[in-house]
Amino acid sequence: MFQLSHFKGGLVLDGHKKISTSSAIKPAILPARLTVPLQQHIGHTPELLVQLGDQVLKGQCIAKATDGISASIHAPSSGRVSAIDEQAVAHPSGLKALCVTIETDGKEQWCEPSALKQNYRDSSNQQLLNIISDAGIVGLGGATFPTAIKLQSCEPATINTLIINGAECEPYISCDDMLMRERAKDIVLGIQILQQVLAAKQTVIVVEDNKPQAIQSLQQALQKQAIDNIDVITIPTRYPTGGEKQLIKVVTGKEVPANGLPADIGILCQNVATAYSVYRAVYLDQPLISRIVTVTGDAINEPANFEVLIGTPMNELIAQAGGYTANIGGLVMGGPMMGFSLPNDTLPVTKACNCLLTRVTEDTRQIPAQACIRCGECAEVCPANLLPQQLYWYSSSKNFDRAQDLHLFDCIECGCCSAVCPSHIPLVQYYRFAKTEIWAQEKERKKSDNARQRHEFREARIAREKAERDEKLRLKKELLAKKKIEEEGQQAAVDPKKAVIEAALARVKAKKDNTTEKPKNTDNLTPQQQQKIAEADQRRQQKDNKDEAT
Amino acid sequence: MQFNSATSSPHMMRDDGISQLMLQLLFALTPGAIAMFYFFGWGVVFNLIVAISTALIAEAAVLRLRQREIKNTLLDLSAVVTACLLALALPPLAPWWLTLVATLFAILLGKHLYGGLGFNPFNPAMVGYVVVMISFPREMTFWLLPSTINPAALGFIDSFNLTFFSQLPAAMSWDSISSATLLDGIKNHLSQGHLLSSIDTNQQLGNLFGKLAGNGWEWINLCYLAGGLWLFKNRIIDWRIPLGLISSLSLLSLLFYLIDSEQYLSPSTHLLSGGIMLAAFFIATDPVSASTTPRGRIIFGAGIGVFIYIIRQWGGYPDGIAFAVLLMNMAAPLIDYYTVPAAFGKRDQS
Amino acid sequence: MITALLILSILAAVFGLILGYSSIRFKVEGDPIVDQIDAILPQTQCGQCTYPGCRPYATAIANGEAPINQCPPGGEATILQLADLLGVEPLELNPENGEESGPTVALIDEENCIGCTLCIQACPVDAIFGAAKQMHTIISDECTGCDLCLPPCPVDCIDMVPVKSETTNWKWSMPVSNDSTPKAK
Repeated sequence: MFQLSHFKGGLVLDGHKKISTSSAIKPAILPARLTVPLQQHIGHTPELLVQLGDQVLKGQCIAKATDGISASIHAPSSGRVSAIDEQAVAHPSGLKALCVTIETDGKEQWCEPSALKQNYRDSSNQQLLNIISDAGIVGLGGATFPTAIKLQSCEPATINTLIINGAECEPYISCDDMLMRERAKDIVLGIQILQQVLAAKQTVIVVEDNKPQAIQSLQQALQKQAIDNIDVITIPTRYPTGGEKQLIKVVTGKEVPANGLPADIGILCQNVATAYSVYRAVYLDQPLISRIVTVTGDAINEPANFEVLIGTPMNELIAQAGGYTANIGGLVMGGPMMGFSLPNDTLPVTKACNCLLTRVTEDTRQIPAQACIRCGECAEVCPANLLPQQLYWYSSSKNFDRAQDLHLFDCIECGCCSAVCPSHIPLVQYYRFAKTEIWAQEKERKKSDNARQRHEFREARIAREKAERDEKLRLKKELLAKKKIEEEGQQAAVDPKKAVIEAALARVKAKKDNTTEKPKNTDNLTPQQQQKIAEADQRRQQKDNKDEAT
Repeated sequence: MQFNSATSSPHMMRDDGISQLMLQLLFALTPGAIAMFYFFGWGVVFNLIVAISTALIAEAAVLRLRQREIKNTLLDLSAVVTACLLALALPPLAPWWLTLVATLFAILLGKHLYGGLGFNPFNPAMVGYVVVMISFPREMTFWLLPSTINPAALGFIDSFNLTFFSQLPAAMSWDSISSATLLDGIKNHLSQGHLLSSIDTNQQLGNLFGKLAGNGWEWINLCYLAGGLWLFKNRIIDWRIPLGLISSLSLLSLLFYLIDSEQYLSPSTHLLSGGIMLAAFFIATDPVSASTTPRGRIIFGAGIGVFIYIIRQWGGYPDGIAFAVLLMNMAAPLIDYYTVPAAFGKRDQS
Repeated sequence: MITALLILSILAAVFGLILGYSSIRFKVEGDPIVDQIDAILPQTQCGQCTYPGCRPYATAIANGEAPINQCPPGGEATILQLADLLGVEPLELNPENGEESGPTVALIDEENCIGCTLCIQACPVDAIFGAAKQMHTIISDECTGCDLCLPPCPVDCIDMVPVKSETTNWKWSMPVSNDSTPKAK
């Protein structure tokens, strides 16, 4: 059995989970329109496969993962592509991004099942990875990193421990909890596939001790199938124990090296919902087109968990949960600690959307920030063992170098520091500001280095061309001078009389040139060209006359 | 439906703020303040009144000049805390203008010259204290015998006249009212070449000694200790600074006491004399001017303890808390620089 | 008298030698100052600073011929960095050189382009692609937004458009409630 460890810092928070776990997972109704953003994961935007007006079937791939880090997107239901354009998406910026809008036809007609219809145990790892990749599965714990790439990234047979993350440490969110309670058997089947792909030596499902029903149901599922190579571990409830690195520390006592990956110490983490999606992809041949969303908070009438198609407008989901209470003040996607507030509720649900948290007006009122008194509460609770107040100091004064010296990029933005700050300083926003600013500066620097190179190359090219021209000119001049000297020598020697005649001719020619200057390039012209020139002359004449007249 | 989405996560903030912290600090100060009042009379109260009103008026005036928000800043109570700490550190018979000057320097020079709360590198109360300590050394000796052993304890009217009008009660001289503190007396005693064991032969000094340390002082310090422990229990202050201070002071004093108990005072006398507990739990723990890293705070507290011992034992002043705190304030940025904790996952790397 | 003079001269000579030796022996290796300044400048090569490119301006700053506030594309950030590097007081951006604006890229209206190549010759970073009598296009990743291609275009078919803000290049803003700013009057 495992000797549990603990991570430094963190907070014991009020769970508020009961308000959304009283009823079973409800299927959400099919909306008339699904707006599916192409970018729902970390990495590159996938390549669009459909065109405006296309009929699509449920589960049909509408955007294919590109090379590198990317994930495919599928049609959540059958219908017609009614728009491919930029729509507002759920992102802290409130900006628009490319979306495919599908007008659903209500038939929910599935696309053709793929060829592979054999027992997964007979499939090769590569086949399984392809299925996971083609199903567009991403980490559903929040990071939305493409799962197939995560599984592929580690060397074969280097994973000692596969950790299935069912901690769900953020308050209010209960989608993983409900999934474990109701579909423990499917989760276990999904985990077995992951086990096979990774050839993991041991596998554990980790659940916080505030979810006894989920633990029980997982244990029952394991017993029923007589599986003894998967353990369920109960860990104390403490935010942010569900963070990958914190969870690994609690379960194994090992710290993932900074700038490193869990795979470096032989560990891989997957969320329970991700394992469930893997089960759906392999057993049922269904891509990731829906997810469980917790609709909860203090300003919703009937909080519950819903199984929602990706692309469903949030307001329809809210309506299904009984609508807002009168004192609605805000809507957050995700939990209260790490989620971001949404500008409106018409945005589509994405793969990352684990929770819609409604907030009452009193909670959304902003408390003005006071001066930092350096009390150090933030450092006490920081799970990354940083010095939040010094990071704040350097971030707010834009001293980014010093902030990076103090490991700004090891901050996981868990929000503990802001939550305990007696001065109510929005610390996390300062870190996010500093991080994005540093990234932008980095980009800028790369760009300006590139511009400098191109400019220098251009200067060099111009200088080289000029030098070449000068050289050619010099050679020509030399040649001419030589010729002239030779000719002069000959002339002087041969015929002085002829020189006199030629000089006279030249004088006449010069006189002639002065009087009527002829355009160049008019020798050797075809009759047509001469005619055109004549016509042009005529037009010019007319125009001149006209000008004079006006 | 549209929402305001300008804020970043987390969407949970604590309900209380700086004012509540300061209020609890003031609450924790009350046992010590009451003990001070019990042993030293009304002068303590007058000090508090003068200091608090000066601090509030000075802070309001500066905020106005600096075009800052006045009401909320005054309500953060940081100026009141500074004033209280200063008032409790000054001698009870201090004339009103001494308290006023000290408070003005604390608020103006110690705090707002550097940008106000959160930006001051030095403990404001100690800045004010040091200014009057250097400028008015005579007035800074205006201590009196604890009421338990004082045959000439002053009443309200007499104290009032003395504090505000420098009027001595009829038929009394300064010498009959004021008295050296224990630390002062011992310093004199030792400097005259006497041994500690001969203290009992010195009528006045023997009187000053109580059970553990100075008569009266031991109780005052125990009251501050109780207040400090309550603060620690409520997680208002960091335990590292008091621990560092008390342990370094006790270790040093124990060491020298064991070497020569005739020349060096016992640890218990050191710990419960003067303002050690006030300093350990209320003054040195001022987070703004202290070190901020966990390890740095232990070093910071220990450094203060070391300096206090050095100044008491070999320095020119009977007590050196203010200097010790200011010296370590100066060192705090350096301590912070060298005690940055290893970030998560960096422990194994160099 | 003579002895004193002698001793002082000898001392001066000795210290001079020591200083001279150490300046050679302990020479600080590093980028020449021009390179350091050039690294800070945004490399738009726009010439708004009145110098024909970023490096000439960097040279001028290094020689003390130009103030540090003549670079509108770099704006305040560049001025602060330059002030920091050179140990001088930061200045306000000189309005005669232009105003600081967000990053832009040039965009050719391809309908109207006549393929005259004049903009290609003007572009300081070779970011315009095209040939005579062929429609030109701008490699927007390489465009520095210097505006230099605008004046030569005979048909005014080049526009400067602000760089598009997308979810991938979006930045969090600094929180507004900053205590260190004075209350507005």
